[in-house]
Amino acid sequence: MRWLLLKDLRILRRSPGLVALLILYPIVLSVLIGFALSAGPDKPKVAFVSLVPPERGELELGNRKLDVSQYEGKLFAAIDPVPVDCEGKSPLQCRDAAIDKVESGEAIAALVIPEDFTDRLGGLQTLALSGPPTIEVFYNADDPVKAAYVEDTIKAELRDANLALTTKFTEIGLSYLDLIVSGGTVDVPVLEDIELLGLKRAEEIVKRARPDVPPAQQAELDRVIRFSELARENLDLSGPLLRSVREPIKIEQVALDGGSTSLSSFAVALAVAVSLMFITLLLAAGALALEREENAFARLVRGLVSRTGLLVEKAGLAAICSLVICLAMLVGLGLFVDLDWARAPLWIVALAVAALAFGALGVAVGAVTREVRAASLLCVMLSLPLVFLALVPSGSVAPAVYDATRAISALFPFRPTLDALDAALNDSGGLVGPLAHLGALFAGFGLLARLALRRFA
Amino acid sequence: MAATATQDALVAEGIVKRFGAREALRGVSLSAASGELVALVGPNGAGKTTLLSILAGIQRADAGSVNRAPREVGWVPQQAALYGKLTVAENLRLFARLEGVDDPSATVAEMLELTGLADRAGDLAAELSGGNRQRVNIAIGLLGRQDVLLLDEPSAALDPRQRERVWEFVLGLAARGTTVVYSTHDLQEAARHADRVIVLADGEALFEGSPAALGETVEREGGSHSDFEEAFVAFLRHRGH
Repeated sequence: MRWLLLKDLRILRRSPGLVALLILYPIVLSVLIGFALSAGPDKPKVAFVSLVPPERGELELGNRKLDVSQYEGKLFAAIDPVPVDCEGKSPLQCRDAAIDKVESGEAIAALVIPEDFTDRLGGLQTLALSGPPTIEVFYNADDPVKAAYVEDTIKAELRDANLALTTKFTEIGLSYLDLIVSGGTVDVPVLEDIELLGLKRAEEIVKRARPDVPPAQQAELDRVIRFSELARENLDLSGPLLRSVREPIKIEQVALDGGSTSLSSFAVALAVAVSLMFITLLLAAGALALEREENAFARLVRGLVSRTGLLVEKAGLAAICSLVICLAMLVGLGLFVDLDWARAPLWIVALAVAALAFGALGVAVGAVTREVRAASLLCVMLSLPLVFLALVPSGSVAPAVYDATRAISALFPFRPTLDALDAALNDSGGLVGPLAHLGALFAGFGLLARLALRRFA
Repeated sequence: MAATATQDALVAEGIVKRFGAREALRGVSLSAASGELVALVGPNGAGKTTLLSILAGIQRADAGSVNRAPREVGWVPQQAALYGKLTVAENLRLFARLEGVDDPSATVAEMLELTGLADRAGDLAAELSGGNRQRVNIAIGLLGRQDVLLLDEPSAALDPRQRERVWEFVLGLAARGTTVVYSTHDLQEAARHADRVIVLADGEALFEGSPAALGETVEREGGSHSDFEEAFVAFLRHRGH
């Protein structure tokens, strides 16, 4: 078996194109998958235009002034604004320039704050019939995925913006309530400052005057004092009530299943699992199929090597190669992602057991194919669905479909490999369970490969 | 047809092989003495390759016996079983090691000399001509130094010059005492080189004897022939094939 192993390594060494493809393809693919999962959407590029004239940028709320233009940056901090050149343009031309940014693909969407935004916002406090301010959003809906992304992003941003404005409005409203309860000075434009007495001080005045009035009128004053007390106490409750109305529901998230793996750490586990799968499957299946393609299989198994020995050699070769490559990959990824190096021995155990399981699956594929190309094609056709099935999150599909995806995933080594690597890298969940699962799959696919070799050879 | 001599190098008796409902070999027996050249001839699907595969231990017979274990016979498949990415010497060395020969390097050198490929030892097998590939293929079959060699259509797909070189090589082996059993579609080749021919048709051995004896059989049955090929055709036609 040693000589066969050396022969296969020599053949690999003389096939640099194949080796490069075998290494680069899964790595590039896994890095892309990992990047797509871990990076998440960046700040979306949005052409942001405010048509509100600078002199009308302030909103008067009672005796307070709110600079809306200062709020814009804060409200839309989650977007990456694409500058729109409005120099010397009318509001309509400026709006069209923002739309051009979307049509040219420079921005994913355009947000246009209309000229009357501040006026309408101010009108909300006067119950004017002009209606609430409206922000215009333009985006390309040529791609349904992109359209959904833009809609979700803009909705989320506007929700945050509404919340921020509601907070401000609430604060102002509460300050007025405080004036009613405790009294104070109100700054009224044009007019002089107005001194408000407040319920508390009015109540004190009435209480002080009460002994001096005739008994028949004291009952009337008692009713005023009682009303003042009740009003004050109830208005004191208005603060918490208004604050709760601003955000009535608080969310407390509790993860019932899975560990506390960050998305980037999970992406590392995923990238390595995908690479391990591709390299091991393609090598094991290809190396076994090559023996038949070169007509050497029959010569080998007529006494030179046992069929089981041949399977062990191919699975072992693939497992060793993929283990080395994936360990190097982990070390490389460790330079960019925070990995716990003290857990390195567990990485090796997880990788080795997973590589053996994939090796067994690979030789099972190689045993039913007679050509390297057919074996490679079968491996690719098998691998990609396994990745997608293993990544279907619960709740995203019907329960029966999810159960089916879990059952199918459990029959192949990818999902347990991902679990084992996640556990080894990120200490999320136990490692023993996935390893035992992989061990069972190794035995099962090894047996299948052996039977297939007898049947198809 | 029963095997004859007890001192025969290779004896197979009553070989039966079924593929599902189809019987590929129906109780075929065969024997070959040391240094003898035995040709298996017959139409397509007669069972020649199946019989050689069973003699080589690649397939198991459903019934019957072979007096040699697979490793006691050298086997040369129809398609050259070589690794294209290895050189001629590396191919020979690999199989010599797998055969467990005592001195692989010396054996490889000897085989290179024997096949006349010493000057091509460093060439990749994929770069060899069909004839040279077949010579290496045969040399690999000889690495175990077995005294029985099974060849499945050794000269198929070779040009006449390459074919001649392969036969020179095989005849040389037989001259040194190696028993050679080979299948062929080339009846002239069977007539020229075989000491005995075995005619297989539909899994049955219909004739065993020298090429000349086949012609005599045809004449006894009232047929006429000008050469071995005509005799072979007449023989099969007379038996409904």
